[in-house]
Amino acid sequence: MMTAMFGAVESGVIYAIMALGVYLSFRVLDFPDLTVDGSFVTGGAVASIMIVNGYDPFIATIFALFAGFLAGCMTGLLHTKGGINPLLSGILMMIALYSINLRIMGKPNVPLLAEETVITKIESWFASDWSIFLFMLIVTLMIKVLSDLFLKTEVGLSLRAVGDNEGMVRSFSANTGWMKVLGLGLSNALVAFSGALVAQYNGFSDVGMGIGMIVIGLASVIIGEAVIGNSSIARATLAVVIGAVLYRIIVTLALRIEFLDTGDMKLITAIIVIIALIMPKVLDKQKAAARKKKRLVQLNGEGGGPVA
Amino acid sequence: MLEMTQIFKVFYEGTPDEKIALNKVDLSMRPGDFVTVIGSNGAGKSTLMNVISGKLVPDVGTVMIDGGNMTSLPEHKRAVKIGRVFQDPMAGTAPTMTIEENLAIAYNRTKKRSLGFGVTKKRRDFYREKLEMLHLGLEDRLQAKVGLLSGGERQALSLLMATFTDPKILLLDEHTAALDPARAELITNLTKEIVRKLGLTTLMVTHNMQQALDLGNRLIMMDKGQIIFEADEQEKQELTIEKLLAEFQKIKGGGGLSDRSLLS
Repeated sequence: MMTAMFGAVESGVIYAIMALGVYLSFRVLDFPDLTVDGSFVTGGAVASIMIVNGYDPFIATIFALFAGFLAGCMTGLLHTKGGINPLLSGILMMIALYSINLRIMGKPNVPLLAEETVITKIESWFASDWSIFLFMLIVTLMIKVLSDLFLKTEVGLSLRAVGDNEGMVRSFSANTGWMKVLGLGLSNALVAFSGALVAQYNGFSDVGMGIGMIVIGLASVIIGEAVIGNSSIARATLAVVIGAVLYRIIVTLALRIEFLDTGDMKLITAIIVIIALIMPKVLDKQKAAARKKKRLVQLNGEGGGPVA
Repeated sequence: MLEMTQIFKVFYEGTPDEKIALNKVDLSMRPGDFVTVIGSNGAGKSTLMNVISGKLVPDVGTVMIDGGNMTSLPEHKRAVKIGRVFQDPMAGTAPTMTIEENLAIAYNRTKKRSLGFGVTKKRRDFYREKLEMLHLGLEDRLQAKVGLLSGGERQALSLLMATFTDPKILLLDEHTAALDPARAELITNLTKEIVRKLGLTTLMVTHNMQQALDLGNRLIMMDKGQIIFEADEQEKQELTIEKLLAEFQKIKGGGGLSDRSLLS
């Protein structure tokens, strides 16, 4: 049980980078970007094929980041220059990336078990059970802090405003089209970076490993916001990181139920997201009803006797 | 400062819904001019605004601002020279961002956006000083989210954001129409004060005739895509609502039958 939990937290920290990417597109830009399902694999594909061909795993992971950036920019261009609806541009890019990822890898699955990866390198530097977790935690928190800082720069502010009120930013001379392209590029760069790390962590990269990734990202964002809140940027990004870890823990717990097996994972994910989306509304309604009851009791108490 | 010549804009051309929104409109504004625009719904006032701001491209005609030809320049590029306040108080601000962050976005209207912080200590003092001009106490709420402000406060903030970077032209699109009378008066007075202090060249659309008479040094009346009446500085001082209505009747009735003659 403990080892399973530790594994959940460990991989949760790596998936948190992907969730931060989803936060950038979904929350900051208000752009539901399905490219994620494809760019996550692109990251894994680029990194693993470079590692297999003898490149340094750290350099391979950085290249994965750039590949994701390009994929995100393409989606942005389809939407802004091509005038295609946001959802559809993401779906088109996701489908296109499926074939591109196959081309990059040359086959549906590239094993990395015999290769030197970022993970094996870290393990060889710091021989401890905690080394992977701590290293990934530092990397993830660094990305979180960098995102926080970026979103406070002049460019970052107008990027946020694009998701908030596009007409307003345009009237203050920001090129909203390029802002979206940049935002989607950065978002998918993080997603691909996470994909590259996940592939090395799992010891293989698979063309199907991105299926449902956007939903996992959303689940992390929504769970995090429900638990931590999103009153400021720093808090919202922290919520995303914690949400990603919580998601992994919930899935690990769910899989311990005998009746469920690993094939049910996507269903569990979907149910978690549905619950996380509906619960706040149900709670609000209950709170409102409780308030109403209290107010009625107050009124009746002063007026003496119930009102007919 | 603004020079519009022979502007033509037709919507739904070639269909039964065809509508000539602007019909050979010429408008020229000198630096410091404050022109108020009145006219009924569908007269072409908003189209006129949108052609200036670049939201719409005219079918024919040229738009010159500050000596440069802007006719085919996209909206965000023209915005370097134009400040705008919209009718909807929600439209001019970003609700989930703080007051100081909104001001930082406005601050960048005339400058290229960099990777420096939008809100620094020095800038914050500058924003606070500007907010004091509104007399609404917003200078003490720099970190409040704009979504929490009332409609009047938001519109005052929008007005400040549009003006504190000295636009070449200020466009006000019925910017008090969505407010209650007290708030509308507040915004009207702020407008008067800010425009005078900065000497801004301003074009204001309004449905409120009294407001159109009180503000500005020139007045134009639009109907069916044309400027049908124009009052210069001297003429405007003598104008009253009655005179304006009479003028409107004369021009509208002049061409053909009035309602009264049809009925009798």
